[in-house]
Amino acid sequence: MSLDRSRAWSSLRAARMAAVVIVLAAPAVTAAEVLVVRGDVVHTMAGPRITDGVVVIEDGRISAVGSAATTPFPADAKLLRGAVVTPGLVDAHSVVGLAGHLNQPQDQDQLDTAEAIQPQLRALDAYNPQERLIEWLRGFGVTTIHTGHAPGALVSGQTMVVKLAGTTVEEAVLVPMAMVAVTLGDAARREGGDADAKSPGTRSKAVAMLRAELVKAQEYRRKRALADASKHPDKDLGLETMAGVLGGTVPLLVTADRAHDIASALRVAEEFGIRVVLDSAAEGYLLADRIKAAGVPVIVHPTMRRAGGGGETENLSFENAATLRAAGIPIALQSGYESYVPKTRVVLFEAGLASVYGLTFEQALAAVTIDAATIIGVADRVGSLAVGKDGDVAIYGGDPFEYTTHCTGVVIDGVVMSEEAR
Amino acid sequence: MIWRATVRRLPAATDSGCPLSGLRSTLDNPRVAHIRFVPLAVALVIAWCGVVRADDAVTAFVGGRVIPVGRAEFPAGTVVIRGGRIVAVGPADSTPVPGDAKRIDTTGLVVMPGLVDTHSHVGGGQGGDGSGPVQPDVRILDSINVRDAGFRKCRAGGLTTLNIMPGSGHLASGQTVYVKLRRVDTIDELLYRDADGRPLGGLKMANGTNSQKEPPFPGTRGKSAALVRQKFVKALAYRDKLAQAAGDPDKRPDRDLELEALVDVLEKRKIVHHHCHRADDIMTVLRLRDEFGFDVVLHHVSEAWKVAGALAESGAACSVIVLDSPGGKIEAADFSLVNGAALEAAGVPCALHTDDPVTDSRLFLRTAGLAVRAGMSRDKAIESLTLAGARMLGLGERIGSLDVGKDADLIVLSGDPLSVKTRVLQTFVEGRKVFDRDDPEDRLFAVGGFGASRDQKAEPCCIGPALGGLK
Repeated sequence: MSLDRSRAWSSLRAARMAAVVIVLAAPAVTAAEVLVVRGDVVHTMAGPRITDGVVVIEDGRISAVGSAATTPFPADAKLLRGAVVTPGLVDAHSVVGLAGHLNQPQDQDQLDTAEAIQPQLRALDAYNPQERLIEWLRGFGVTTIHTGHAPGALVSGQTMVVKLAGTTVEEAVLVPMAMVAVTLGDAARREGGDADAKSPGTRSKAVAMLRAELVKAQEYRRKRALADASKHPDKDLGLETMAGVLGGTVPLLVTADRAHDIASALRVAEEFGIRVVLDSAAEGYLLADRIKAAGVPVIVHPTMRRAGGGGETENLSFENAATLRAAGIPIALQSGYESYVPKTRVVLFEAGLASVYGLTFEQALAAVTIDAATIIGVADRVGSLAVGKDGDVAIYGGDPFEYTTHCTGVVIDGVVMSEEAR
Repeated sequence: MIWRATVRRLPAATDSGCPLSGLRSTLDNPRVAHIRFVPLAVALVIAWCGVVRADDAVTAFVGGRVIPVGRAEFPAGTVVIRGGRIVAVGPADSTPVPGDAKRIDTTGLVVMPGLVDTHSHVGGGQGGDGSGPVQPDVRILDSINVRDAGFRKCRAGGLTTLNIMPGSGHLASGQTVYVKLRRVDTIDELLYRDADGRPLGGLKMANGTNSQKEPPFPGTRGKSAALVRQKFVKALAYRDKLAQAAGDPDKRPDRDLELEALVDVLEKRKIVHHHCHRADDIMTVLRLRDEFGFDVVLHHVSEAWKVAGALAESGAACSVIVLDSPGGKIEAADFSLVNGAALEAAGVPCALHTDDPVTDSRLFLRTAGLAVRAGMSRDKAIESLTLAGARMLGLGERIGSLDVGKDADLIVLSGDPLSVKTRVLQTFVEGRKVFDRDDPEDRLFAVGGFGASRDQKAEPCCIGPALGGLK
């Protein structure tokens, strides 16, 4: 990780927040500079692709996008060139930053199994911006990730959205509480010394517990809204979070792979009138009509996620994302959660494979840029190259989805984070 | 060196067609322990004759780009196969196609050797149990489920030969087995065998953290090496006693299956396939190899790039894994995609592997693409999926390239092998088509979907319509 660049990025961030321009001694790029990214092809994801296009970034934000022939930019601007330019990639679901690369207890903060339901756990309090996997992902063009508590408990905690830059989580964070992570299916079952004594032990029990928690949150929310403050219940961090879910400000991110678990998620969403985003959904293609009717977006499992072994992902299909999208369901792709080697997947690779299993190039790229940004609620900031949006750009030496193509440049908020061919 | 050229084919695959005489002589050989039930064996042979006759048909793949591996490509080439073997490879305009050949037009497509995976766990096989760290007597072939859907996925990925290994949770977890991905119903029919009919395979060993546990397993790296050395010292003594007995049953030591397996290793009849990640663990394997004189292939080798020079000096071969990120365990923290390129630059023989289920066999070609991304040459990367791996299994004279006389194990691709857009269209093993993407059932395993991981129906190929209703 280039600390200088990270410092430059942090400084830029500070400058923007204070609305002043700071001139640093020797940073890679200062906020006052203009950065121009020029590509033989620019995929803006906000309109048709541009041949020989430029993206002009001033003060960390995009100030112009268009044909190099017709878009003015300062002659002395720093210039990055490449064959293909895309928005910085958006990974719609990861655990990177909470789940460290060593995979040892001291760097695994994505899951606490002491209780089945812990919506009060904030991702913010566990994110390590110095984790090596952050640099790894960024090297392939990923600039924004939706990360946080992992699947593996009924309600495992909160998620958040961060930029892959900054030396503290405060600098990196875009959305401190993005979703509340719920798992349905085998992974939500609790095991212990006496497995039968720990709940949930069955699928039905898990859904009953989730419904009970939502009912409790309904009561809590009703009482907290009473005019007579003396009748307010004491503040409860978990119920406060679930009240946000009921109020529609925060969706539940429900990880479910089996078709009957997906159906359970839709049933609960309908009962409580809450927003749900489906996660993984290995058998989603079996229920495309119902998911579409429910208006629920799907963050589809990594295309190359492991199947087989008789587990819940045994019916995975490389074409799942394409099938769901063809049904009219908003989809995004993700790197997911890995418990062994490799410790993370790379959303660029997952989109590459999806692009040859039913998605078009543009659709697959959208699933890791603008569509991903929309589903995780940050499309006003990232996911496409448009005036006013953050200056997050990825540069490739050719077709970004080809195995042998390098990512040759990564820009976050107008700061060049990497120019190493990866 | 680990190259071995002494492997003979199964009698059933000899040039003479029906192998009755060949197999009969095999049955007469008292050393063949795997065929005891003669009537069943004869039935199998009769069935097999039909298969072999069918394979005597001549097929020619004409017009496509041919990547023979180990020599220059033919932009427009022809490959002719007969009786399960390759009989001609050359430019399309100068390679004659026999008049009776079935012609397959491969214009616009790519023909290359079937892929060889030096490290796979397909089939749900198991090695040693928790009773101890060194169990070389345990054979994975006694536990493989050939109806596992994983085999069909392998064929969909263009794999035709696998080294199926037990895991890395022991210092020696058992004997591996080399299989040829024929569409058959028993493990015995999948096996590669040596001249005496014995199944071919190596010995899986491991060091580093995976094999460190509570006693009787080792707790440290030093203890791991000591336990292995102690066992090999025993095997040396056992071998000496066998030699001294000179065949006299009264003088020889009681048979010991563990030590027999290690003697096979010491005599280089079995290659050690050694799991290792860290640079110091790699060097420890080489140190033990030099002390006891066995042949070894180093597997995974996450930190090979750190000791590429030492590896080159050692003459050892490496089978490299390609992962999407480092980490997942401490030993893989310094994993680098540059391993293939570094080993190539140093002159170390390098193969790639899937470690399925760690990476998906259907995406084995992808690993070569990523190796090229990190600097490996295209030719070496393709070789590392085929001929390099074949050599590391001692099968380099028989498979791994499109050369006259080699087994007709080949794949037809829709395009360049290193492109994400390329699909495996057809896979042939010994001249028989074992995967066809146009077949809806095969396509399910290639793409995935409902039922794609279920155990497969039996394929009573040799018995014919009488049992067809059971399929």
